[in-house]
Amino acid sequence: MVLKVEGLWKSFKTEQVLKDVGFSLQTGEILAIIGRSGSGKTTLLRCINNLVKCDRGSIMVDGIYLCRQVTDANGTKCVYAKGPEQLQIRKRLGMVFQSFNLFPHMSVLENIIEAPVRVFRVPRPEAEEKARRLLAMLELQDKEAAYPFELSGGQKQRVAIARACALNPLVMCLDEPTSALDPELREGIAQTIENLAAQGMGVLLITHDMVFAKRVAHRVIFMEEGEILAEGSKEEFFADINNERIKSFIAG
Amino acid sequence: MLDYLITLMPAMLSGLEVTLKIFFLTLVFSIPLGILVAVGRLSKIKPLVAVIQVYIWIMRGTPLLLQLIFIYFGLGLPTVGLQLERFTAALIAFVLNYAAYFAEIFRGGIESIDKGQYEAAKVLGFSPVQTFMRIVLPQVVKIVLPSVANEVITLVKDTALVYVVGLGELLRAGRIASNRDVSLVPFVVVGVFYLALTAILTKVFQQIEKRYAYYQ
Repeated sequence: MVLKVEGLWKSFKTEQVLKDVGFSLQTGEILAIIGRSGSGKTTLLRCINNLVKCDRGSIMVDGIYLCRQVTDANGTKCVYAKGPEQLQIRKRLGMVFQSFNLFPHMSVLENIIEAPVRVFRVPRPEAEEKARRLLAMLELQDKEAAYPFELSGGQKQRVAIARACALNPLVMCLDEPTSALDPELREGIAQTIENLAAQGMGVLLITHDMVFAKRVAHRVIFMEEGEILAEGSKEEFFADINNERIKSFIAG
Repeated sequence: MLDYLITLMPAMLSGLEVTLKIFFLTLVFSIPLGILVAVGRLSKIKPLVAVIQVYIWIMRGTPLLLQLIFIYFGLGLPTVGLQLERFTAALIAFVLNYAAYFAEIFRGGIESIDKGQYEAAKVLGFSPVQTFMRIVLPQVVKIVLPSVANEVITLVKDTALVYVVGLGELLRAGRIASNRDVSLVPFVVVGVFYLALTAILTKVFQQIEKRYAYYQ
């Protein structure tokens, strides 16, 4: 188990966005979290990436707690890991944003090696070699000197994946990986995701694209109004839907 | 005529020296200070934000000439007792004034950076300082270059204000010569000097903008 989420709660002002969410992700597994916009799936991903702090609950990455729920005399609260531990978690967790968020002032290669070299003190030649291997794997070998504005959407996404892979993460998170892509590029990203999983990463992807989830996921979680309504292997999930709300979602 | 121009030169050049000293030292101190003030202005520390807002209000809300007078003569009053050197006083006034303008320019630049850049930096493990220095600031510099160039050219001409504390800069040298010789020629020379300085600066900023044109 590379990622375990337990009893996660999160509210913004008066709105309860996550209600007791829990799941786990195995090595090599592709888990798709699906649901409408506003279902809480993006907030869940942001909690896992420590971009927002959850109110209650635990998140564990490769045996290290990002946050854990502690109950003492003063009540229940959520305690976050300290800086060095958080950095260890950062290394194990890759994130590909919906809009990729590449650094526009850096070349493709610089985008990939910046964090390994500056944050994790990997020697530059080593970081560059790793970056070139990733670029070759993602069929971007001739793009290392290009700048993000010179790339197509699909190429930008693969650079974002390469950047997220540079520190050999154990979990790869992708936020709506098909939303910014032309339809004909969907099969390519599906294969890339399968490739990452085959190399032993746990892949967590958030999507409202049912066809894509059906194509690529091993397991599916359906969220609505901050709760997990259904969870199962892809086969179970799509074969045996007896929840009306999920049915209406899948039907579009 | 040429002989007359040559007789003007020693005074003009020593005036130019003062002008250039004020100009460069103001830039060297006010740009970094302006960046720091912009960061403070955007921080979540409320008392700091309030202090900076008052500072910017005063610096932008009163004439630079008045600020020069206060820092040189005002602080030098017996009741305050902080008599600064003319040059130091002028420099402090210029740095404080220009830092306020630069702070507002940089604040706008920093605010225009997409929050996704911060999030990407965060998930890659960058510290806030690394994020600012490596990701945000280089992008901000490109965005603010035209406004900074504008401000820098204004500064060239504002240096003429230091006459008020008795410093002999370029325009003052011209005025002295003009009064003495009952001639407008010294002012023409002064104008040519200012135009030459602005031409050089315009060229320099064009080069810098070109250097930042490698990405969009």
